[in-house]
Amino acid sequence: MASASSPDRLTPNVTSAKLVVAGGFGTGKTTLVGSVSEIPPVNTEAWMTQASKTVDPLADANAKTTTTVAMDFGRVTLARDLILYLFGTPGQPRFWPMWDDLCRGASGALVLVDTRRLDVSFPAVNYFENDSDVPFIVAVNLFDGVQTHPVEQVRDALGLADSVPLVTTDARDRRSVITTLLATLTNTMDKTSPVTAP
Amino acid sequence: MTANPWVRPYVLTGGRTRTRHQLYVHTLVSASRFDPGAAARLSPEARRLYERAHSGAQSIAELSAHCGVSLGVTRVLLEDLAASGYVRVNDETYESPYDHRLLKRVIDGLRELA
Repeated sequence: MASASSPDRLTPNVTSAKLVVAGGFGTGKTTLVGSVSEIPPVNTEAWMTQASKTVDPLADANAKTTTTVAMDFGRVTLARDLILYLFGTPGQPRFWPMWDDLCRGASGALVLVDTRRLDVSFPAVNYFENDSDVPFIVAVNLFDGVQTHPVEQVRDALGLADSVPLVTTDARDRRSVITTLLATLTNTMDKTSPVTAP
Repeated sequence: MTANPWVRPYVLTGGRTRTRHQLYVHTLVSASRFDPGAAARLSPEARRLYERAHSGAQSIAELSAHCGVSLGVTRVLLEDLAASGYVRVNDETYESPYDHRLLKRVIDGLRELA
């Protein structure tokens, strides 16, 4: 007991940072996280399934709930004392309170969009425009590596302010994803002053 | 999922749903030592979290997922474990997630990975 309560001075204080990966269902959030994570994206579906059993007596406990309720996260160790976490947002509206929780303390967010189904990412864009202070960028996921729509056309369709960076990415490609994460962080640098309170 | 489906979450936390400290999903927790005697007196959920935290610093979300304990319950139990000195909750090194020193370090780290 006494030994357990003495702080461990030998372990350096490891710092963790977090980025949020948002976007509608099927836009490639899990794929993107998996492309850079050193652990398989941890699927937290179990929490949700368990929660719905408890709070929702009408839910069929045996029904297979698939990735629609998943909140995946991954981990990238950047230095001995620095870990970056990537958290994918759960897609379903019933889990929206969780978005606030995930965004608290985040260093930035990126919203993934699929140009074939832009509408599934509207709620995520709305959220970061209106309900969150976390600086965000929008990334068009080029599923087949081909850009089907000019980026500015996507900006118009999303009604995105000029101040929000719009980039393209390939969620399957590690280098591409790293570039997108760098754009997310650079955007936060640009949108915040060197010393700011959260 | 190993959580007991017959126990409602707040029973595990003594009715508490909030923590005193800001515990982000990415806040790191570790246990440098493991006391089996103390562990034996903990609830099964708290014991799993304590054991897992002993394997190395990891986020609250990881602990929750690996131990099959819901995020909210995990937060409350970890705060208790920290108050008892069993686990250590890492201090936030930077006051703000927008601190440019932090952002710069993450950017540099990612560039090295690329």
